[in-house]
Parts: sequence; structure tokens; C-alpha cells
Amino acid sequence: MGKLSPRHAVVDSNMCVACGTCADVCPTGAMEIVSGVFAKPTEEKCVGCGICAKECPASAIRVEVRS
Amino acid sequence: MKKQQRHWYHYLWIWSIIYFSLGFVNILFAWLGLISFCLPLIFAIGGGNKLFCNRYCDRGQFLRVMGSQVGLSLRREMPEWMKGKVFRYGFMVFFFAMFFNIIYVSWLVASEIQGIQEAVTVLWTFQLPWNWTYSAGITPWVAQFAFGLYSLMLTSEIIAIVAMFIYKPRSWCVFCPMGTLTQTICKAKYVPTTK
Repeated sequence: MGKLSPRHAVVDSNMCVACGTCADVCPTGAMEIVSGVFAKPTEEKCVGCGICAKECPASAIRVEVRS
Repeated sequence: MKKQQRHWYHYLWIWSIIYFSLGFVNILFAWLGLISFCLPLIFAIGGGNKLFCNRYCDRGQFLRVMGSQVGLSLRREMPEWMKGKVFRYGFMVFFFAMFFNIIYVSWLVASEIQGIQEAVTVLWTFQLPWNWTYSAGITPWVAQFAFGLYSLMLTSEIIAIVAMFIYKPRSWCVFCPMGTLTQTICKAKYVPTTK
């Protein structure tokens, strides 16, 4: 498994409307919509670029430094 | 970073333009709008997913093309109340009440209690003459339902475009009644898996 990027996307599942915008714009294909309920990034694929957070209409995504 | 492969469904935004254009020619084409009502429900009830929103929604794609690619969106942050459950569920209830009202009015026309209204009502207020799209041979209730559905589709499209202009491109998706309904169905069916 490759090294994880220092930052990653974090989804607030209560705010997420599962519209799929994040999955559509993610350049690494890291975002998936779990059972039509909320979006979830695949940690190994997420590079923390923040494009999903910028595009999310519900402001449900933020980029954080990995703990 | 990999370049996303283009599929036929990436061009479904064109359907939005075709649908509203067809409504200018013959109002009966408005019935095709039922696809946007039935398919999301089939995916949600049958598959427990929002694949329609995620992949096949012509409106969502149209808003992204216009907002992101054409650059027509001001990209302001949406107010919190618009993202809240009260507004989302409230709008959904209102929208479906309007939809059932269309069915009721069509029934009144079918029962000959009320005459057909050859008009498209925008934003539930403004009546636009639309009589050139209707010819006398058509069963009145069939045409009445078409006028009603086209009114609802056009009204929601206007709201979606205004939201796209002011807020982020796909802001409509936050309070889209079909999106809210299908997410509610998916939540009810969702069984969390431990990983």
C-alpha cells in the first residue's frame, strides 16, 4: 500500500445529500456514494486536493490534516 | 491523476434542452418528464442507491456544465437554512403536493367537472399562453396532465438555474425533492457494515 497523503477529505454524513458531485469531480476516483446515503472517500486514493470540498453544494466536505 | 473516461451518460445534460424544446412543439412530450420521477424511485427502491442522481440526472449534469464548464455560477455559499432538513423536507412535501394537485386537476378534466387550461403556469403563479402546442384531437385530461407536468418541470428548472447562478452549480441537488425522497428511501434501507 502506498503512502497516504498528509491531507484528506472528511465528509459530514449528516450534511451530505449523496448527490454525487464529489465523485464526479474527484480526480483520483476516491469518492464513492455509500448506498445512496452519504459520500465516503477511499483513504488510499484521496490526495486531499479539496476539489470535492470546493464543489460540494451542501458544504458537507472539508479537507483536514490526517491525524 | 487519471483522466475520467467519457461514457454516453455524461452527455445526458442534452436531454434537458431537448425536453424543454419539445414542450414548445407539442405539450404531450411533457409526459416524458415522468422518467425523472420514476427512474430515481426504481433505483432507490430496487437498488437502494441514488444512481440516478449520481450518474443519470440530466438536470444535475446540465447545472454542472453551465455552472462549472461555462462558468455561469457565482459560487456563493448557500445559506444554512437552505441546507437544513426543515427546508429540504418542507420543499419536498410542497413539491409533491403540487404534483398530486396536477393529478387531481387532470381527474377533474377527465370527469368533465372542469375545462382544460391551455396554459403553462410558472412558479405556481404566472400563467403563460401555450395553446399552440395543443390540438383539439387529444384527450383533454391527457393534455391537462401534460400542461401541469411541464409547468412543474419548468418551474423547478427555473429555481435550479437561479440557485446555480447564485450558489454552487449543483445547489439544486441539496433541496431537490426527488433527491431528498430517494435519500430518505436509501436511509431506510441502509444497513451499516462494520469494516
